[in-house]
Amino acid sequence: MAYPATYRYTKEHEWIEAGGKIGKVGITDYAQNTLGDIVFVDLPKVGSSLEKGKVFGSVESVKAVSDLYSPITGTVTEVNEELATAPEKINTDAHGAWLLKVEIADPKEVDGLLSAADYEKFVKEETH
Amino acid sequence: MSAGPLSPAALRKTALYGVHRQLGAKMVDFGGWDMPVEYSGITAEHMAVRTAVGLFDVSHMGDIQFRGPGSLAAIQALSMNDASKLADGQAQYSAMLYPQGTFVDDVLVHKFSNNDYLLVINAGTREKDYQWIRSQVGSFAGLHISDYSDYYTQLAIQGPRAQDTLSKLTAVDLSTVKNYWFTWGTVCGLPNVLIARTGYTGEDGFEIYIPSDEPTSTRVWYEVMEAGEPFGLLPCGLGARNTLRLEAAMALYGHEISEDITLLESGLERFSKLGKSDFLGSQALLAAGPPKRKLVGLEMIERGIARDGYKVLSLEGEAIGYVTSGSPSPYLKKNIALAYVPVALTAPGTEVAVEVRGNPVKAKVVPTPFYRRAKKPAAKPA
Repeated sequence: MAYPATYRYTKEHEWIEAGGKIGKVGITDYAQNTLGDIVFVDLPKVGSSLEKGKVFGSVESVKAVSDLYSPITGTVTEVNEELATAPEKINTDAHGAWLLKVEIADPKEVDGLLSAADYEKFVKEETH
Repeated sequence: MSAGPLSPAALRKTALYGVHRQLGAKMVDFGGWDMPVEYSGITAEHMAVRTAVGLFDVSHMGDIQFRGPGSLAAIQALSMNDASKLADGQAQYSAMLYPQGTFVDDVLVHKFSNNDYLLVINAGTREKDYQWIRSQVGSFAGLHISDYSDYYTQLAIQGPRAQDTLSKLTAVDLSTVKNYWFTWGTVCGLPNVLIARTGYTGEDGFEIYIPSDEPTSTRVWYEVMEAGEPFGLLPCGLGARNTLRLEAAMALYGHEISEDITLLESGLERFSKLGKSDFLGSQALLAAGPPKRKLVGLEMIERGIARDGYKVLSLEGEAIGYVTSGSPSPYLKKNIALAYVPVALTAPGTEVAVEVRGNPVKAKVVPTPFYRRAKKPAAKPA
């Protein structure tokens, strides 16, 4: 699986596409594959604060609930409303189906995240 | 997915473990067994069973044989249902209870003949059940008890096209095998295979018991897959097994029934001879009086999924019960659950709430089963 080179990644299998002040956040293809059929997404409201490393919501498959950990600190500017009725879009296109748009407090936090190559390596080690 | 206490190397495996890996199944620790939870996806597998046919490896379940003239007396003592009602070739759902009326395990009792019965028991309780049986009836006269659990690979073929699928692999006229009845016949060239019209999905289907050596098990698995392929057969894992049995409101040991739950709380007394004849646990149940809590079906009416172990709250926010099993329902496209609630709140339509990660989410009591299959002429209930 190709992980987009312009994204950054976390070990909790989230990605962030930072284009200036606003970043898009989602979960990786590895995450959606592990979860199975996604049936429910629980996301914070616009205006909510996110703190790097803290739980900001959850994604549920038929079988399991999985917490979402924020890759960066910031404020939610937009929530992907489509996912309330069509959460399976995350399964079909995890790297395209963004969950939130976030106003990033400190762009340096993004630089500290994993590159696509490092994330791919991390995933390979997880699954040996 | 929860990890069990054992490392993957210490988990038990069925003869079909290699097949599951070959088919790319996601594996999970189920009661100490390394089992497939899904192959192509729980939703697809679930829908295959409801609309076509699915194939499950259920070899982890246990098989205890009772032989000798003392068999019926032993089973009547151990088992809550009335085994004397069984004809040769007939099976019944039952359970073994402790003296206090709570559950050791649920079980399918098969009568081969007056002196020959097979009890099929749960995987996670194999050893406990066998020790229980030995301790309670082991000294009965004219009785020989054998644990044949490792001798069988057990396959479940479930769905409206199950009969069409299995008919390609046996000369037995499966239309003559009624629901909860069984027979023996040659399947995939293997003689004397037990073929039972039983299952855990709420659909028509069969369970077949074949020798548990790896080459035989592997060959038969792939022959069933090939036979079912034109009908849309999918291999199915424990994930779909759970969502299917939940829609059919079938109990899962450790959830709806357990060592801490009584027969009367579970609502399964219709599968017992309580009040007609004695069995282990009957005295305590008759003396206990009506239960204070009962098992009900719940349907979420606000956005959220009730899951195993979540608290049930009154609309005022008071903790009043708990969810035994909860999940999205792939067929009904609702979020459903089974839960223990106080008897005053068991009427269908009653509104309660389920605590979903700290927040109350409204649900209503609904009748069970959540799903009932359409009756078909080919498989009338016994």
